[in-house]
Amino acid sequence: MNFPGIGLLKGFVVTARNFLGSYVEKDRLTTRQYPEERPKLPENSRSFPFLVFDGEDPEAGMRCVACKICEKECPPQCIYIIQDRDAAGKPLKRPRIFDIDISVCMSCQICVEVCPFESIRMDTDYELSSFDRFGSLVLDKSKLLKSNAYYHGIHPTEASETDARIEADRKKKEAAAAAKAEAARKATAEKAAKAAHPPEETK
Amino acid sequence: MNVTLDGETVVKLQPVFGYLHRNHEKIAEGNSWLAAVPYTDRLDYICPLTNNWAYTLAVETLAGLEVPERAEYIRIITAELTRLQNHVAFMGFILADMGAWGSALMYAFREREKILDLFEALTGARMMCNYMRFGGCRCDLPSGWLESAGQLVEGFPAFLDEMEALLTGNEILLARLQGVAPLTPERAINGGLSGPILRAAGVDYDIRKVDNYGLYSRFKFRVPRGRVGDCYDRFMIRVLEARESVEILKQALVGIPDGPVVNPKAKQRGFRPPAGEAYGRIEGPKGELGFYLISDGSDRPYRFRVRPPSLINLTLLEELCLGTKIADVMVILGSIDIVLGEVDR
Amino acid sequence: MTEILEAIQSAFPSADVGILTNPSPCAQHSLLVAGKDALDVAKFLRDGLGYDFCSNVSGVDWPPKKVREVVVRKETVDGVESEVKETIEREVPGYLEVVYHLFSIAKRLGPVILRLRTGNRSDEVSLPSLTPVWKSADFQEREIYDLYGIHFEGHPDLRRLLMWEEFTDYPMRKDYVAPDDYEYEPTPHDEILAKVGPPKEVA
Repeated sequence: MNFPGIGLLKGFVVTARNFLGSYVEKDRLTTRQYPEERPKLPENSRSFPFLVFDGEDPEAGMRCVACKICEKECPPQCIYIIQDRDAAGKPLKRPRIFDIDISVCMSCQICVEVCPFESIRMDTDYELSSFDRFGSLVLDKSKLLKSNAYYHGIHPTEASETDARIEADRKKKEAAAAAKAEAARKATAEKAAKAAHPPEETK
Repeated sequence: MNVTLDGETVVKLQPVFGYLHRNHEKIAEGNSWLAAVPYTDRLDYICPLTNNWAYTLAVETLAGLEVPERAEYIRIITAELTRLQNHVAFMGFILADMGAWGSALMYAFREREKILDLFEALTGARMMCNYMRFGGCRCDLPSGWLESAGQLVEGFPAFLDEMEALLTGNEILLARLQGVAPLTPERAINGGLSGPILRAAGVDYDIRKVDNYGLYSRFKFRVPRGRVGDCYDRFMIRVLEARESVEILKQALVGIPDGPVVNPKAKQRGFRPPAGEAYGRIEGPKGELGFYLISDGSDRPYRFRVRPPSLINLTLLEELCLGTKIADVMVILGSIDIVLGEVDR
Repeated sequence: MTEILEAIQSAFPSADVGILTNPSPCAQHSLLVAGKDALDVAKFLRDGLGYDFCSNVSGVDWPPKKVREVVVRKETVDGVESEVKETIEREVPGYLEVVYHLFSIAKRLGPVILRLRTGNRSDEVSLPSLTPVWKSADFQEREIYDLYGIHFEGHPDLRRLLMWEEFTDYPMRKDYVAPDDYEYEPTPHDEILAKVGPPKEVA
C-alpha cells in the first residue's frame, strides 16, 4: 500500500468507468426493458412439458400412447394419465386424461428423456402466471397438445433430429413388415408349388 | 443464529438450522436413482453442476461405470465455470454482508449472468441444470458453445482485474477483513472444514489434486494457500482460485476431444446398481461435496446421504466469532460462504 | 484395510473390531467397531495413524427383517428315517448404524470407514460420541440424533438440528410415515392419495 486512500481512489475509478461506460459500451449496460424487449432464448431452453401431435388434428395425430412411463418416472409426480377405452371397455393406445400440474413440475426434463414415443417435449413459454392458483396451473390435454410445427418453431435442431429418428424407425418397421410379407408370400408360393407337384416319396 | 453479547462482544453463538429443511435425503430414498439428479440441483443452488457431478460420480463409483473422455472434459468445463461464478458471486455477497450493497454485487452478477447464459444454452436451464447422467452427460454441446465459452474465458481475467482494482486494495475492506477471525490449520482440519476456507488456513488439500477424479491429473493448475487464515485470506483465496479456474478452462477448451458424451452401457431409466455402498466426493466450489450411497440392488437408493460442505464449514462458526464484535459476525459468516439450501437440505 | 485392523488389534488387544466387506466394485470396506471401544479406536486412528479429517458422518437405519431359510431336519416316522425340508422364517433384529468416513490430510489417505452399531432400534440406541476426537462430527451427530434417534453419549450439545425442538419422531427411519398436513390442493393427486390410504396419526 502506498499512502492511505489510494485503494479507495482506484475503486472509484472502476465505478466511474462502469458508470460512464454504460453510456457507450453495450457490455456494461446490461439492463433489458423486459416486457417491451424480450431476450432471445437459446434453443435448449426449457420451461414446462407439452405433448406433440402430428398433422392437423390434435386427437388423431397424438403421439402419446398412454404407456405411463413418464408418470412413473416423474420425480415430483406431477403427471396424471388415464388410458382411454373404447365402447367395449378395451384399452386404447391413447390417453383419455393427461394432466400436468405445473405448480408441482420442476422442469427437470426427465419425462422427455424417458418417453420412448418422442411424444412429450419441453416448451419454452415462461409467461404462465395467473390469478387462479389451482385451476389454471393444472394443464389438461387440450392445453398440452401442440403441433409438430410448433415444436419445430421452438427447438428446430432437436425437432429435426426427432423427425429423422421417427422416419428411420418407420422405415425400419416398413422394411421389416415388407420382409415378413415377402417371407410369407414365398412360403405360400412354395406350399402351392408343393401341392401342385407333390414330391416323390422316399422310402 | 442466537448470539449472546457482552456490550458489543460476542460471548456465545448458536446457529439455528432447519428453516429450509425438506429432507432431501428421504425424498431421494423414495425415488429412483435417476430422479435424484434434479433434486441435487436444489442443494447448493448457486452451483448445480458440481452437485450433479458429485452425485453421478458417487453412483459411478458404486456401479463401476466408465465415463467417456469427452464427457469428462465437458464436466470439467462446466464445473470450473460453476466455480468461477460461485467465487464471483461470493465477492459480491461478502461486500453486501459488509454493508456495501450495490456496485460490487451488481458487477459480480453481471458477469455471473454471462456464465448462466452459457449454462442455459447447454443444459436448458440457468440454475436447475439437471445435466449430468450416470456415465456421462445428457446431451452434447450445442454448436458454437465452445466458441462463446472461449470468448468468456478470454475476457474473464480482465473482469477479475477490475474487481481486484475495486476491492482488494480498498482500505475499508482491508480494515474489515484483515486479522478478523484467524484460524490455525490444526483447528481447521479437526473442525472438518474443506474447500477454500481450509486452504485459506494454510492446508494444502485440494481434492482435485488428491483424488484425481475426472481427468484433473491432465491439467496444470496451482492450489493457492492462505497464511493467516483470517477473513482476508478467505476472500483472496477465492480470487486466486478463480484465476486458476480460468487456466484450467483455457486448457480444457483447447484439449476437448470428439466422441460420445455418455457411456452407451449405462442405463438411466430403471438403473439398478449392484448391492453395496460407495462414498464419492468432489472439490465443490464451497468445499468437499460428498455423496454416500448404499444400494440394496433395487431401483432406488437404500441410503442417500449428502455431505454438505456448507453445513460442516459452519462447525467452527462459534469458535471463530467468540470475542469478536457483533459487526464482524456477518463478515465471518459471509467469508465462510454458505448456501442455506445445502445447510438445511 | 487389513493393516489398519492389525495396527488397531496390536494397540488394543481386547478391542472388538472386524472388517465388513463391501461387494460393490469400488471395494470401500469398512471397520466395524463395538461401541465400547469406539472412542479408543478413534483416538488411535487420529493420533496413531494420522486420520485427522473426519469428513462424513451418516446414520443408516436397518429395520428388522424376515429371512427365509430352508432347514433340513431328520425325522423318524415308524422307524423310517427321512429328511424333511422346512422353511423357517427367522427374524433378524434391526439396528441403527453410524458410519464415519475418515481421511488423512497429511498422508492423503482414505477413506477409512468406521461403523458403529446400536443394540436395537428402541431402547439401546446410545453410542459414544466421537465429537471430542473430531470436532467436525458435531453437527452431523446432532443431525443423526435428530433424524434417526441415536443418542450420542459425551456429545457437548445434543439437540435437534433440523427439526424443531417439540418434534418427537425420527423422520429418516424407514418406518416413518409422513403426516398429511400439507396444504390442500385440488389436483388429480387426490385419487392417488386415496389409494395410499389414510395417513398415520403423528403426535
